[in-house]
Amino acid sequence: MAVEGDLVQMGALIGAGLACTGMGGAAVGVGHVVGNYLSGALRNPSAAGGQTATMFIGIAFSEALGIFSFLVALLLMYAQ
Amino acid sequence: MAEDSGSAFNIHPMDQFVIKPLFGDGDILWYTPTNMTLWMGIAVLAIIVLLVIGTRGRAIVPSRSQSIAEVIYGFVHSMVEDIAGKDGLKYFPYIMTLFMFILLANIVGLLPMSFTSTSHIAVTATMAMAVFLSVTILGIVKSGTKFLSLFWISDAPLILRPILAVIEVISYFVRPVSHSIRLAGNMMAGHAVIKVFAGFAGALGIGAVAPIVAIMAVYGLEMLVVVIQAYVFTILTCVYLNDALHPGH
Repeated sequence: MAVEGDLVQMGALIGAGLACTGMGGAAVGVGHVVGNYLSGALRNPSAAGGQTATMFIGIAFSEALGIFSFLVALLLMYAQ
Repeated sequence: MAEDSGSAFNIHPMDQFVIKPLFGDGDILWYTPTNMTLWMGIAVLAIIVLLVIGTRGRAIVPSRSQSIAEVIYGFVHSMVEDIAGKDGLKYFPYIMTLFMFILLANIVGLLPMSFTSTSHIAVTATMAMAVFLSVTILGIVKSGTKFLSLFWISDAPLILRPILAVIEVISYFVRPVSHSIRLAGNMMAGHAVIKVFAGFAGALGIGAVAPIVAIMAVYGLEMLVVVIQAYVFTILTCVYLNDALHPGH
């Protein structure tokens, strides 16, 4: 089945697929932050409540970079 | 875009973010009512209904909306006081406005067939620039040249301080960029994913059960993300405010 399309669109789609690999790093980063919070909270439960805010800030920072890479992928796919 | 040959390009998940005028198809000028202005107005109306009309009774034993309004107020108040200190409480109305607008604009965007105003970089960049400019001007007015001690880390060895100062200045100016893109990207990504799955559900026949279950899962995640992103925007604003009010490492 012959596929119509031009080289630019092919390049954009391949680039979009490659851009999605950035989200793996973001997932590892978020898991790292939450895992460290959990291990600290299980050792010292009474001090855990005060640091939930810090955990959420850490999650937001590390997740933001994954969102940036998803944004690049979306832009390449639908808004060349 | 070239002509498509498969089903993948019959879905247009980014069409939901296009700004269209509400009446007719004319140009969009600064006074044209668009779907963006309508949904921002609905968000503001929802804030007024929750906060003003909900607390109108001023009962000692609160009704449901009064209780929700009080919980949100107390939550943001304690957040500002914890992070920015007692003198940060002067800026509590601004931070409460930011939090309520982002929270309700995000939540209103979750309704089907609606439009998420905060998914546009224009809206979030305006808010992030407003935060950045106001915090910087506040820091300079309050502390004068001591504001520059934000970039000069006195805990580091003397050799490293110039390099660290350059890095600190760059990361200070990247703050509005990341602040705005975080919110806009999260909102756009969530809704685009839902639309893509919806496209899959439209393409399959009886097997559309699987994408519909996936849509439900992503919707639940999106509800959590909406609240967390509003919280994160506000808490980062408080952190930047604290940096401006009490500079220096």
